[in-house]
Amino acid sequence: MAALATALDATRLALVGVPNCGKTALFNRLTGSRQKVANYAGVTVERKEGSFVGPANGTRYRLLDLPGAYSLTPTTLDEAITRDCLLGRLAGEAPPERVICVVDSTNLRLNLRLVLELRDLGVPMIVALNMSDLARDRGYRLDRARLEQELGVPVVETVAIRDGGERQLLDRLERLPPPPPLASTEWRDPTFEQIQQTQREARRILDAAGYTEPVRRRMLESLDAVVMHPVAGPAILAVLLFFIFQAVFSWAALPMEAIDAGVTRFGEWLHAVLPAGPLRSLVVDGIVAGAGSVLVFLPQILILFFFILLLEDSGYLPRAAYLLDRMMGSVGLSGRAFIPLLSSFACAVPGIMATRTIPNVRDRVATIMIAPLMTCSARLPVYALVIAAFIPNRSVGAFNLQGLVLFSLYVAGIAAAMAVAYALKRTVMRAAYHPLLLELPEYRWPDLRNLALGLWERTKVFLQRVGTIILALMIVLWFLSSYPAPPEGATGPAIQYSFAGAIGRLLEHVFAPIGFNWQISLALVPGLAAREVAVGALGTVYSLSAASDDTAATLVPMIAQTWSLATALALLAWYVFAPQCLSTLVVVKRETNSWRYPLLMAGYLFLLAYLAAFVTFRVASALAG
Amino acid sequence: MPPVSLATLRKGARGTVMDVRDDAQSLGDESQSTVSRRLLELGFIPGEPIEVIAEIWPGGDPMAVRLGRTLFALRRREAGAVLVSVEGG
Repeated sequence: MAALATALDATRLALVGVPNCGKTALFNRLTGSRQKVANYAGVTVERKEGSFVGPANGTRYRLLDLPGAYSLTPTTLDEAITRDCLLGRLAGEAPPERVICVVDSTNLRLNLRLVLELRDLGVPMIVALNMSDLARDRGYRLDRARLEQELGVPVVETVAIRDGGERQLLDRLERLPPPPPLASTEWRDPTFEQIQQTQREARRILDAAGYTEPVRRRMLESLDAVVMHPVAGPAILAVLLFFIFQAVFSWAALPMEAIDAGVTRFGEWLHAVLPAGPLRSLVVDGIVAGAGSVLVFLPQILILFFFILLLEDSGYLPRAAYLLDRMMGSVGLSGRAFIPLLSSFACAVPGIMATRTIPNVRDRVATIMIAPLMTCSARLPVYALVIAAFIPNRSVGAFNLQGLVLFSLYVAGIAAAMAVAYALKRTVMRAAYHPLLLELPEYRWPDLRNLALGLWERTKVFLQRVGTIILALMIVLWFLSSYPAPPEGATGPAIQYSFAGAIGRLLEHVFAPIGFNWQISLALVPGLAAREVAVGALGTVYSLSAASDDTAATLVPMIAQTWSLATALALLAWYVFAPQCLSTLVVVKRETNSWRYPLLMAGYLFLLAYLAAFVTFRVASALAG
Repeated sequence: MPPVSLATLRKGARGTVMDVRDDAQSLGDESQSTVSRRLLELGFIPGEPIEVIAEIWPGGDPMAVRLGRTLFALRRREAGAVLVSVEGG
């Protein structure tokens, strides 16, 4: 009850500002780690709320970090949320009692129009001149008192990235009279003439307050000349992306192994201390193994987000989007889709989470939809197994045939992704033309504290939300694979007698036309949890010791004898699309806030996988026969 | 010199913004009106100095401009709404 009373007593504050004004840094400074990240009801826009207590008189504040907006006339979903929240039009969201308008002190010309627009809404407001130290260092001049006088609202200086940089803001906030009863806010989009008028007023105020901007540093000019150069720019970007790709793969390998080993050891320990029976099986095979299979992705997610946050904070990301706009635009995607797609080669889960940096919701959903077509690392064990068993290890010209097959599987995934993106953008995801109008913010040194908080936030989101759902599904899967128990004197592996086994045999009817036997069909069921589990499952089904690492090694001769080449190729084709990854589908559900897209995704991937495998199987059979 | 569309300018061109057109009617495209509005909101208003600082090869689309002191990336289609009086041209 105490918590509820607190929440009701607290003054509702909202942070508003244009993108790149350092709003999130100020939010972090004010609330520390007392943050809650969720989504706004019914939409994919991230909602960040935090709380803090005023140091002088102990007033409690609930601070809502509204999405960045250039204007109250929205062009993106983010901006619409910000406007609707300010106007109290958002269902389930009380309008703020006070607004802190954050402005970038080094870019007041762009920022001040929004300040004037917000001021005219009539909600009590404080203007925070953020990055004021940086502005002073770089030679910007501004008379704060005069600006305050001209604007008619309190204006304070803040330095979000420094300890105590929020002090003046808190001081002023606490001295404000208690919030007045909420006035009903009316809003009508201004006409072109009115916008120009506001702009002229903004410039008049800046002139009156003695605002002067220094000439941009030569070094930054030269940096942009290289970074945005039509040839050097894309080359630098390619090197950078390659480096990130490498890092996500190789730096994560060690911690991933450590987590895997830790989970295994924990499972073994539990196995030893718990009495044999269904409880032990549920805890060890279901919960610990299930949670472990999710936890293992954490290092990749952290490394990826480390780089994304770094690129975001430094001001490089919009420049990358500019460089890639043409290439990605040719299939109807945004330039920003590149990083999520690249990271999906490691795993679609962090890749899909990374689509949060794509501002347009349709572009974002389209990117999410094709992310699973990038060949993730979990597919590698399956590819490796089948290639080792069926593709001769010999040279073709300068290349190794096995390597060529693997490479062509990757290429097939990319080609399919591009084709699907193209088709999606012309059918279900069809949208009006999306203009490109991007601010390219000034380069900045990333702030470590913000970086750390950003990573911590991602970790929390990942572990709490995704972990719980995946865990539940793992438990269901464990149940299906374990019950009913095999009858007395059963000879085959236990899974054969379970619901999963029955499902496998049912599935065989579906999969026989594409050359899959019941063992493969059955392996696809536990493979739902994670694709590489299919390898272990095949081992179990073929009555081998599934737990050991050399499952693949012993499996190779076995499947080489029992499968036809056509079946093997069909399985490879199937796995290029491989719809059966629950983690991915769950993340899509979380990120898009609906079951529509994960179902659509599972449906289209299944269809494509089936089609590809069918064609492969039939053609290969005909050629072989 | 009569003002020309920003879309026709190449890298290195400098000038002054004269106007932003509402091209919704001429293009028969409602989104263009949104673009014109946003251009005004971002500060593409008469009197602002503007310079084309980069363009993508080949074709020069999209392009990057410096407006006052702020850099923007935009496609030539969006740039078509901005009328510029070119310096020394």
